[in-house]
Amino acid sequence: MPLHHQPTRTAAHPAIVRLLHWVWVYAIGCMVFSGWQIYNASPSLPFNFPRWTGLGGWLGGALAWHFSAMWLLALAGIAYLAYGFTSGHFRRDLGVPRPRAVVRDLWSALRFRLGHRIGHYNAVQRLLYLGVIGALLLQVVTGLAIWKPVQLSALVSLFGGYPIARDIHLTTMFLIVAFVIVHVVLVAIFPRTLISMIAGTPAEPQNPI
Amino acid sequence: MNGLRWMPVVKYRDIEPELRQLQRRAFLRNTLSLGGLALLSGCDLSTNSGIDAALKSILRFDDKVQAALFSGRRLAQTYPPSAVTRPFRFNAFYPEWQVRGIPDGWRLEVAGSVSDKTPWTIAALRTLPQVEQITRHICIEGWSQIGRWSGVPLRLFLQRIGADLRAPFVSFRCFDGYSSGLDMASALHPQTILALDFDGQPLAPEWGAPVRLRIPTKLGFKSAKNLQAIEVTRIFPGGFWENQGYDWFSGV
Repeated sequence: MPLHHQPTRTAAHPAIVRLLHWVWVYAIGCMVFSGWQIYNASPSLPFNFPRWTGLGGWLGGALAWHFSAMWLLALAGIAYLAYGFTSGHFRRDLGVPRPRAVVRDLWSALRFRLGHRIGHYNAVQRLLYLGVIGALLLQVVTGLAIWKPVQLSALVSLFGGYPIARDIHLTTMFLIVAFVIVHVVLVAIFPRTLISMIAGTPAEPQNPI
Repeated sequence: MNGLRWMPVVKYRDIEPELRQLQRRAFLRNTLSLGGLALLSGCDLSTNSGIDAALKSILRFDDKVQAALFSGRRLAQTYPPSAVTRPFRFNAFYPEWQVRGIPDGWRLEVAGSVSDKTPWTIAALRTLPQVEQITRHICIEGWSQIGRWSGVPLRLFLQRIGADLRAPFVSFRCFDGYSSGLDMASALHPQTILALDFDGQPLAPEWGAPVRLRIPTKLGFKSAKNLQAIEVTRIFPGGFWENQGYDWFSGV
């Protein structure tokens, strides 16, 4: 059936997902930039993040930001997971892609032949979104571990001790930032996706031939 | 006997105005930073802006969460002697060359809600039962190291001086200008000690001679060195770093 005959077309992104998306932009921004300022207090790698990227001005200010924005991040995360599981969003949109589909879609994407249809996720997108959700969960868990290495000692042992948990927390930050860079580049290539994350743009047909 | 006399080259209060000016300059520079684009980076706990006030109130909320997560029975992990970090890193709010020796006639003073306010000599502290711990010292900056301390459990000391254990705070004042404080539950934790020895030797000045607090259930800056006085109090004690914006509870 041609799609323009469909009586209703649901929004590509439900209002709750759009809202949470922008809450995350703010919360993850606060966490990353305050995290860089915290890292600069005692760098574990041979470099510092540029001073102008830091949030909080000094270690104490950065920690205050980090330990404030963490609640926003966690609340938005809990709301999203609850929505994702109860609404069928995860089952419908974010099923684990088959490796073959990922290879196929990645190959098409690299030749700029992969169409981007708002409201539908190809195999590469699914992999990236599942990956960043996993990275955020890991970031919260390693963050809890290094925040409370004594009270939550089981968690810190799971990661092989406090120094290793701290390294994983830093590494996972890089993965999240790498996702954000890819994500923003793709939005720049397909600007209409930005509009669909603000306004309730209807989903596009899945297979327009 | 006391060869190490307190002869600081620069006193903190002498350079305080300059330090404040430097901090203000840093503040101005930071308002031009990335966070400044979002009008946020000025919010570093140094101003009375609405966002700074919000950050401080969230930190107070975090302290309540941390106090609820804290268990007086849960012990910090202990390590074998082979795990001790060597060389051990010096850390203070001043560089190592400003470390102060023990003042002449030093006694550990006790004050506040305690029944026996007699000051303590080191010899007297050594007559009390001692415990040893090899635990991880975790700095608020993120680095950590494993050290070996021994001394008097603070719980035992507080009982010995007849402290009111229902008072909410124990405050620590140091002769190097430092100060800090603990909630009573953390003060009574079995691994919270008044350390007299570090790595099997009486504390050297850089490690907090003659007596320091060692509390492995808190971040390193809560383990005050070079103690002068302990006060059991109902008044929120704050602290050197805490007053500048470090989270007060700072449990780990």
